[in-house]
Amino acid sequence: MAGLKIYKWLEHRLGFIQPLKQAAEHPTPSNNASWWYVFGSAATVLLMLQVVTGILLALVYSPSANEAWTSLNFLNHNVALGWYLRALHGWGSDFMIAIVLIHLVQVFLFGSFKFPRELTWMVGVVLLLLTLGMAFTGQVMRFDQDAYWGLGIGASIASRVPFIGADLVHLLLGGPIIGGATLSRFFTLHVFVIPGLLLAGVAVHVLMVLKHGVSDWPMPGRLVRRSTYEREYHELAQRTGLPFVPDAAWKDAVFAAAIVFSVMACAFFFGPFGPSGQPDPTIIQTAPHPDFAFLWIYAVLAFLPPSMETPVLLVAPVLAITGMLLLPLLAGEGERHWARRPVAVLSVSVIAVTLGIFTRLGTYTPWSPVMDAWSGDAVPVKYMHNRSPLEREGAMVLQDKQCRDCHSLDGAGGMRGPALDAVASRMTEDQIVRQVLQGGGNMPAYGNALNPAETKALVSFLMTLRGNDLQPAMDASRELLRQSRMDQTVGTANLPAAAAKAGQQK
Amino acid sequence: MSELLKYPGMSKVDSLSPEEKAAAHTRRVFLFKLAVGLNAMVGAVLAVPLVGYLLGPAARKRSNIGAWVNLGSLSNFPVGQTRLADFRSPMAAFNDGETGKTPCWVRRISEKSFQVFAINCAHLGCPVRWFSESRLFLCPCHGGAYYEDGSRASGPPERGLFEYKFKIAGDSLLIYAGNLPTLSTEASCRQKPIVQIESAKPAESASASMPEVTTRSTTWQG
Repeated sequence: MAGLKIYKWLEHRLGFIQPLKQAAEHPTPSNNASWWYVFGSAATVLLMLQVVTGILLALVYSPSANEAWTSLNFLNHNVALGWYLRALHGWGSDFMIAIVLIHLVQVFLFGSFKFPRELTWMVGVVLLLLTLGMAFTGQVMRFDQDAYWGLGIGASIASRVPFIGADLVHLLLGGPIIGGATLSRFFTLHVFVIPGLLLAGVAVHVLMVLKHGVSDWPMPGRLVRRSTYEREYHELAQRTGLPFVPDAAWKDAVFAAAIVFSVMACAFFFGPFGPSGQPDPTIIQTAPHPDFAFLWIYAVLAFLPPSMETPVLLVAPVLAITGMLLLPLLAGEGERHWARRPVAVLSVSVIAVTLGIFTRLGTYTPWSPVMDAWSGDAVPVKYMHNRSPLEREGAMVLQDKQCRDCHSLDGAGGMRGPALDAVASRMTEDQIVRQVLQGGGNMPAYGNALNPAETKALVSFLMTLRGNDLQPAMDASRELLRQSRMDQTVGTANLPAAAAKAGQQK
Repeated sequence: MSELLKYPGMSKVDSLSPEEKAAAHTRRVFLFKLAVGLNAMVGAVLAVPLVGYLLGPAARKRSNIGAWVNLGSLSNFPVGQTRLADFRSPMAAFNDGETGKTPCWVRRISEKSFQVFAINCAHLGCPVRWFSESRLFLCPCHGGAYYEDGSRASGPPERGLFEYKFKIAGDSLLIYAGNLPTLSTEASCRQKPIVQIESAKPAESASASMPEVTTRSTTWQG
């Protein structure tokens, strides 16, 4: 009874325990007490995890260009459980992005963004962008080589904005170069500005969910109309309503627990992310790459033609974000069920497959030269059997001139250019000579880097590479030319003899 | 201010008739609006230093960014070779630590002729690496490639490498460095010059590995 007295004393002064209880127990249509409706609450729980682990990391982390990298290593190795807190925060971030994206796709496919929840969707889009902003600024907090060069990539993108590019670069970096000021402002964004906006945005988002109720399960043919939807929803909630807590919320709670446990398990078994090498720009033996969530952008940037790069970089994000924000205003009524919205399903499928492919490409960067293939991957022995001295010399040239950085032999080497295992079955000697000396098709010209003897040796080696002894490539026009010359010299009378001779020569 | 905003007193207002209340209300509303206006003015004046502070990095004069820095003795850079050099950025602040260091590629074409390239790829700023055998700069991020004179060879960059202005003072090579080189904050203010490669003659004895770089392609094609 003492507990009840304390509760009454508190509630008399606070006044919001009862309203909170009522909000938690609001009736929700029984058809949405589903496992499909658990992602939003899980994202909120992950945000709380990030706040708590972030605050704990800030107890030790030193946001100074001088010390940040060292303080991360100190956390990893010298602070008790520091590694685990870093791992929780890092894995929590990856999980949060994934859950937010799943939440977005679920809301989109269920048509839950339609009237009267348009603004809830728009705030959600902003929350997604803020989550990605946290991921990018968090990557900078891990002040290592990837962070340093990632900032360079950010500055290079900002520098492409017309007229104010230089000013934007200076604002982004906090000065003319990447340094202490840059880390300080990204720290400010990561721990003050974006989390504040994120928490406020989540509050607005959840308040709107409470005001309009959790969307009912979509049914094919049950259309959303501004004039009738709210009355229909109210009737449904009255007729089939369950108290959100506990009848629907127990699933949220179970899922949230499972997700947090997954984060804990990943953190325990896989450990923290980095830091990689120290942020010393004079250590250039590095291949910077962004965190998982941004790998697809990294990949897209490798494939854009130079002339398209700036327009695409500056216009595409604006279009994509505007499109997402305007979606509920353009399609605020009508069908909600995915079975009646083929364009929506197709869009999600295409976008998901595209992001998946680019992310996959980003993990092994086939467009990048393998910088040490020329010294690390020898020419396979099988390609050296029964080769003439000149051809072996050519194999040496192939290694020395770093051709292997971009071209693979027997699966080892770069993937930027085509594999050379069967090059002679695709190109004639003349074509190879031309390609090597003049380049073209994304290959630099090597005319200045090869002397005639090296070129001769290289090409003679390449001419031995015919896969599993395929036919060598032939210049059909040259064969015709030779035949016609022979025809002229021998004369038309001896045509069969000339053809036989040509055949022998071949 | 507090005088203007002071509520005249509950009991007094309660005793008034509705018309009188309305009259009083109007006066208070006026004072309230006045006070809001006052706050707006104070806020606007306050915003000037706040925004000025925030935009400070962008407001810096272009002419104040950059200085001549010494890359060391000329003898560190043999004629005909391209070598990595580094310097402390003249823009580095007290708290920049290692990030204040800056690498660059120095190509000595002849006794007095140099090209000093920024490390940053013209595509997205990753550090390019020099491969002396294939005579290319290659970028590890997206595979941008540049010839030895910094011109674009292949890949996503839309232009050649950024170049620093250089000058020779006595036995030292000096470059003018400031901004992180990007498309809008280039290392050099001038257009990329056309480099005369022919002038490599004096170096032939010193660097036997690359004597006739200059005319080879034409000889071969001829």
